[in-house]
Amino acid sequence: MELFVQLMVSGVVTGGIYALIAMGFVIIYKATGVINFATGELMMLGAFFCWTAMTAARAPFAVALVVAIVAAGALGAAVERVVLRPLLGKRTISVIMVTIGLSAIFKGVAEILWSGEYRSFPPIFPRAPVVLGSVILPSRQAYPFLIAVAAIALVGLGFRFTRTGTAMRATAGDQATAFGMGIDIRRVFSLSWSLAAVTAAVSGVVIGAIGGISPQLGAVGLRILPVVILGGLDSIGGALLGGVIMGILENLAGGYLDPLMEGGGVKEVAPFVALVGILMIRPWGLFGSREIERL
Amino acid sequence: MLIGNYKESYAADEALFRTATSRVWLALLGVAAAVFPFLAGDYLLYLANLMGVLAIAALGLNILTGFTGQISLGHAAFMGVGAYTTAVLAARLGLPFWVAMPAGGASACLAGMVFGVPSLRIKGLYLAIATVAAQVILEWVFANWNAVTGGIRGINVPPARVLGVALDTDLRIYFLVQSLAALHAWAAANLFRTRVGRAFIAVRDRDISAELMGVNLFRTKILSFMISSYYAGIAGGLWVYFTKVVTPENFPLSLSIQFLAMVIVGGLGSIKGTLFGTVFVTLVPELLKAATEATRSVFPDAMSYLAPMKDVIFGAMIVAFLIFEPHGLAEMWNRTKRFFALWPFKK
Repeated sequence: MELFVQLMVSGVVTGGIYALIAMGFVIIYKATGVINFATGELMMLGAFFCWTAMTAARAPFAVALVVAIVAAGALGAAVERVVLRPLLGKRTISVIMVTIGLSAIFKGVAEILWSGEYRSFPPIFPRAPVVLGSVILPSRQAYPFLIAVAAIALVGLGFRFTRTGTAMRATAGDQATAFGMGIDIRRVFSLSWSLAAVTAAVSGVVIGAIGGISPQLGAVGLRILPVVILGGLDSIGGALLGGVIMGILENLAGGYLDPLMEGGGVKEVAPFVALVGILMIRPWGLFGSREIERL
Repeated sequence: MLIGNYKESYAADEALFRTATSRVWLALLGVAAAVFPFLAGDYLLYLANLMGVLAIAALGLNILTGFTGQISLGHAAFMGVGAYTTAVLAARLGLPFWVAMPAGGASACLAGMVFGVPSLRIKGLYLAIATVAAQVILEWVFANWNAVTGGIRGINVPPARVLGVALDTDLRIYFLVQSLAALHAWAAANLFRTRVGRAFIAVRDRDISAELMGVNLFRTKILSFMISSYYAGIAGGLWVYFTKVVTPENFPLSLSIQFLAMVIVGGLGSIKGTLFGTVFVTLVPELLKAATEATRSVFPDAMSYLAPMKDVIFGAMIVAFLIFEPHGLAEMWNRTKRFFALWPFKK
C-alpha cells in the first residue's frame, strides 16, 4: 500500500509535467492542425536558454526564466514564419517531416553551441522536502509540479478570458468563419507557435531542474505522444487529464511490472501499448473532437 | 515530345523502358554496376552495399507512403523484424539464406499486417503516431525478448552461401545485394501497372472516392502495409548477412526517419526517385566526413562538430526539399531531361 501511494503521487507529479508538455502539442494542433514533432527539442532549447542565462550571466532564476520565455517565443514565431507557413495546406507527410527535420536541426545546433555534455542546473528550489500527510515529496518533484500547474492554469485562463485567447479559440473552431469575423489568422498561427514554444521552454526548464539537461533531452517529447492522443489532440483539459493518467500508468507499470521483466523498460513502453489500444478504440481520445469527413 | 518513337505492338507500348535510348542507358548502367566492384576500393564497395540494402527498404516505404499515402514512422522496426527472423533461422537453425531471407520478409509482412490494422480507422497524423508506437514497442521487444533475440548482445550470423561459396566479403555479397535491389525496384515499378498498384494510388489521392469506385479500402491498405513491410524485411535479412551481426540498436526511430527522408528527398511516388534519394541521403554525411578530414589542417577541431553538423545538415536537407522541391530529386532529374530533350534547338 505504501508503494502504491508513493507510485500514485509520483505519477501525478510526472503527469503534471507531461500535461504541460502536452499543452505545447495541443496549442499548435488546435490552431494549425500540425503535430509538432520538434516539441521535445523546443523544450531542450528553452532549458538551455535558461541555463545559459543563469550560468553565463549569473542571472537569478526568475530573470533567467523570463529570458528563456522571450527567446523561446521569438524562436517559435520565427519557425512558424520561415518553415511552416510555406507548407500551409500541404500534405500531412510534408508537415510531419518538416517538424522532424526541425528537430534534427535544433538538436545539432544545441550540440554545437553547448556540446553534448550533461549539465545540471544551479540549485533553484529550496531543499526541504514537502510533506503531504504520510507522503513525503522531495522538493525537486514538488516545486516543478507547482510550476507546471501554474503554467497550465495561466494558459488556460488566457485562452478563456483574453481577447487574443478568444481569437485563438475561434480560429480553432472554424478557420473560415474566424477569418470572416476579422480575425488575423496568420497572427493567430504565429502566436500559437510562440505560445507552444514558451510552454515547451517552461517544461524544459522544469524537467532540466529535476534531472539536468543535455541535447538529448528532446527525446522526452516523443513520450508525450500517448498523452496527447489519450486526452484528445485538440483539448487542453484532455492534455491535463491525459498527462496525469499516463503519468500514473507509467509509474504503476514501472513499479509493479519492471521487477518482473528481466530487461526492464516496461515503464517506457507501457504508454505506447496503451496508445495503440486508444487508437484502435477511440482515436479522438477522451475529449478530442471527432473528425467527420465529407466529400 | 519524343520524335520517331513508334510502336507496332502492344508489348512494345507496355514496355517499362520504352525507347531505345533508355534501354541503352540501362544496359550501360548494368555494365557499370557489374564492373564497379573490381575497380572500387573497400570503402566505396561498402557504401554501395549499404545503399543497396537501404534502397530495398526505402522502396518499400515509398510504396506505402509515396504511392498509398499511409505515413509510417516504424519502417526500421519492420526491417528489424525481418533481420531478427533471418538471423534466428540462419544462426540457430542453420537454414540457408534463400530460406531464411524470404522467411524474414514473410515475418515482417505479418508484423506489417498487424500494425496496419489501425490504418483502417485512423489516417494522417494519427497513423503516424500509431506507427511511432509500433517502432517503440518492437524495439523494446528486440531488446528484451532475450530467449529469441539475444537481448542487447544480439545474434552473430554466419555468412550466406551461394553454390558453396561463402559471401563473407563486401565484394562477394555485392552481387547478391545489387541484384536483389534491382529485382525489387523492377517489381515495384511493375506493381503500379497492375490493378492492385492502381488501387494504391487511388487510395492515396482520395480514399473515400476510391472506395466508391469499388476499391476495398481495408484490403488495399493492409496489402500496402504488407508489401512495404516485406520489402523492409528482405532489406533486414540482407542487412544481417551484410553486417554479420544484429543488435537492437540497429533499428532505431532515427533510421525510420532516415527512410522517410530518402523517400521525400528522392520524390514521393517515384521508384527512380527512391533510388536517387537513397544514394543522396547516404552520401551526404559521408561527403561531410570527407570534407572535414580534408580540411583538418585548416580547422583542426572540426572533427568534434561532425556528429552535430550531420544532424543539422540532415534536418536542413529535409526542410529545404519540402519547401523548395517537394517532388524531390526525381522532379529535378525530369526537368533536366526535358531541357536536354530538344537541346540545343529549344531554350
